[in-house]
Amino acid sequence: MTSPYVPAEALILDRIQESKSIFTLRLQLTDPVRREAFRFEPGQFNMLYLYGVGEIPISISSDPHDPETLGHTIRAVGRISQGLSTLEPGQRLGIRGPYGRPWPLQAAEGHDVLVVTGGLGCAPVVAVINYVLLRREHYGRLIIIQGVKHSEDLIWRDRYAYWSTLPNTQVLLASDHGGPIWPWHVGRVTDVFDDARINPDHCFAMMCGPEGMMRAGIKNLTQRGVPEDHIYLSMERNMQCAVGHCGHCQYGASFLCRQGPIYAYPAIKPLFRTRGF
Amino acid sequence: MADAVPGFLPRAALQHLIDALIAAGYRCLGPQERDGAILYDRLTSVTQLPLGRHDRQAPGHYRLEASADPRWFAWANGPQALKPLLFAPTEPLWKVTREADGVMHFSEQAVPAEPTAVIGVRACDLAALALQDAHFMAPPHADAHYMARRANLFLVAVNCTHPADTCFCVSTGDGPNATTGYDIDLSELEDGFLIQAGSDEGRQILASLPLVPASTRQIALAQSQTDKAIAAQSRSLPGHNLRAALFANLEHPRWQEVADRCLSCGNCTSVCPTCFCSSHNEVPDLSGTSSEHVREWSSCFTLDHSYMHGYVVRPDTRTRYRQWLTHKLGSWHEQYGRSGCVGCGRCVSWCPAGIDITEEATAICGGGQHD
Amino acid sequence: MTESAAKPRVAVHKFSSCDGCQLAFLNLGETLLQIAELVDIVHFAEAGPLDPEAAVDIAFVEGSISTPDEVERIQRVRANSRFLVSIGACATAGGIQSLRNLAEDNQWLGQVYARPDYIATLDKVTPIAGQVKVDLELWGCPVNSRQIVSAIRALLFGVVPVTEQDKVCLECKRQQRVCVLVAQGTPCMGPVTRTGCGALCPSFGRDCYGCYGPAENPNTQALARRFEGLGLAPDAIARRFHAITSGAPAFHEAGLQQSDLKRQEKDHGG
Repeated sequence: MTSPYVPAEALILDRIQESKSIFTLRLQLTDPVRREAFRFEPGQFNMLYLYGVGEIPISISSDPHDPETLGHTIRAVGRISQGLSTLEPGQRLGIRGPYGRPWPLQAAEGHDVLVVTGGLGCAPVVAVINYVLLRREHYGRLIIIQGVKHSEDLIWRDRYAYWSTLPNTQVLLASDHGGPIWPWHVGRVTDVFDDARINPDHCFAMMCGPEGMMRAGIKNLTQRGVPEDHIYLSMERNMQCAVGHCGHCQYGASFLCRQGPIYAYPAIKPLFRTRGF
Repeated sequence: MADAVPGFLPRAALQHLIDALIAAGYRCLGPQERDGAILYDRLTSVTQLPLGRHDRQAPGHYRLEASADPRWFAWANGPQALKPLLFAPTEPLWKVTREADGVMHFSEQAVPAEPTAVIGVRACDLAALALQDAHFMAPPHADAHYMARRANLFLVAVNCTHPADTCFCVSTGDGPNATTGYDIDLSELEDGFLIQAGSDEGRQILASLPLVPASTRQIALAQSQTDKAIAAQSRSLPGHNLRAALFANLEHPRWQEVADRCLSCGNCTSVCPTCFCSSHNEVPDLSGTSSEHVREWSSCFTLDHSYMHGYVVRPDTRTRYRQWLTHKLGSWHEQYGRSGCVGCGRCVSWCPAGIDITEEATAICGGGQHD
Repeated sequence: MTESAAKPRVAVHKFSSCDGCQLAFLNLGETLLQIAELVDIVHFAEAGPLDPEAAVDIAFVEGSISTPDEVERIQRVRANSRFLVSIGACATAGGIQSLRNLAEDNQWLGQVYARPDYIATLDKVTPIAGQVKVDLELWGCPVNSRQIVSAIRALLFGVVPVTEQDKVCLECKRQQRVCVLVAQGTPCMGPVTRTGCGALCPSFGRDCYGCYGPAENPNTQALARRFEGLGLAPDAIARRFHAITSGAPAFHEAGLQQSDLKRQEKDHGG
């Protein structure tokens, strides 16, 4: 019987510094059989293994149409992510996955898609944005809301600029602290929710970021009439094993790695309002 | 599952059972007195069994006492039984080597899985084993190490006749008698054992033993022992399913009150036969050419358990205790179809602060009726 | 030569201490030779190399700051080191020396020394972090070789070493030890003490005496109440906390609370 815990080797094809602390690794599994068999959906994550140091869960930020090249956008904050940030193209790491449930992109067909992110930037949902843009005729309006703490935290400015030029697409950005080159809203990201031109009856919201921001977002969206079961959240907890054994990502009656990290809001509503779970 | 009429194994013939298991290729483990407690260790002779030993247990308290009782199993569970045999406290899961050019080679750690027979397993631990099975063997990511050891396990249950003051298996519905999940089940009487098989492997072993059919008197004696063991239990949980009651009381002041007493030391989760949390740690070789990925028992009472890059979800004991209890007695029902508590009472006895789960659950859920 | 230039430079410095933590290096035996191949040990008085003012990548610092000249010397060590690791109870908590911080004045100087005026000590003993920024603390009296090797290996990989902060109990139970507090009634400090020792004392049937200092989130009051239940008087409980790591804030406070209780009892009893 094969152990579910053993990673496979991957080669770093490319490393992109997105901001001072955020970087993207583009990876390729070195075993051609595994590489060809690898499939994922937007919202799923991999466990990345830094040699001799350990593993962390990182969502896949690249497009599922090219599963042979796996993009992972990472903020260097902990000991493992800081270690990963020192790796260069040509070096190797371990990878296993994909794990978790994806964003509800099939269910959202025919609806407006509202993507809300804070903190790290839209890395965990950039796959959603790209997915919708590649299949534009299947979806209604695409609204991208992004909040950051400091203006310099915003990564992929050129992409936001590009997305905002596309038809049927709205981009709303907010920074708690503005700056000399911040033409967008200064203040909380929830301030710009009211500007989102959505049809509440035909909208799927996909949110990713600090839980406080998501709570505020849920409040605003439900007040505007978006049904609760059309609001999806990407949750985050400590993860050691990613296969539902280690118990660290226990969230109520679910494990984030198995039943999450993407949840329909009603599934976690009772717990989501209480801190400490 | 069990045979209809039990056999009787005279006390002097218990050694035959051990011998038969060893002859069948099993490493035999059984209860023995070690460091002031009943622990499971390698067993080859009945003389190693804790003859006449009784235990006195209370919240935060455990002592063994000698007596003239001719029995070997006249005690309630010690700190551990089956969990460490299947879900190892520390074990390497895989190893990786790295060549000078950076190429890595991952290899699964071989699983040492010797056929193992455990004598003296209690009903509460069989119930806990079923829960650990459900957790570790669920597809699609079954745990290979657990599975291999589980497949090699032979279980000889002994029905509990001497529950401790901290036991409450009657209230959880898991004891004092073993009803399922064993290969052989024993009821200890003064002069010997009622014995019955619960599996084909068990029947094969029984066939080699000098058994006589149990008499009606012996069966009645065993029943009266069971009745006494049931009557002896004074602790209970306030219901079978406390999920709704616990989650309706997430801001109950009792959480803070228990946090003032709780040491957040993780002893309860370590001795709990159903707790399954583990952390994965990396143990690299000093030279840097290889590294082992090691799994260790962990606990929801630690800071690391809820640590996420610079943010701790449960920084205090109040939220940690609440996480443990709401999961164990609450959300476990949704995840595994029943409570995560089997009433073994270990978390009560082995809590250095003497916190009693039945008392806390009652205080938080209220004394009224629950499902 | 180029190879050796690429190796991290390491120093081992000693302040007020018994040298026991330096033995954690020397006890490594052959592993120490392996370390010497991976790093350049430029200063380590107990093992031979002497260059106390050398600039290094990693400095291990043993001992507490107890004298005026040590205050100056630790500043130089810090200035010369990229990553500073304090090792052992003296360096992390002030060690046994900081027991004198609990004395109300320096009368003991006259009781101990024939010529107290020869003794130049600071009024208060401090751990290394009380003087300079410390990048990593390895607790224990003494630290053990596993901690040292693990820290060096992590730094060689270019990552911050793991901070071990769980309670001793978790390791004790992983080793399947019978709880000495519950089964023997001994006043074990394990439930509030930092892991790292491998549950050494309980594995010999002894109660932990807290030499690794406080774990994260230690509930010293609850443990003190339990010790009281075991029959310990307030001053005996105070001594459990005011031992090798009395200078660690959580244990310092816990011990003082017990001393206050004792005083109150005395006043009450007249």
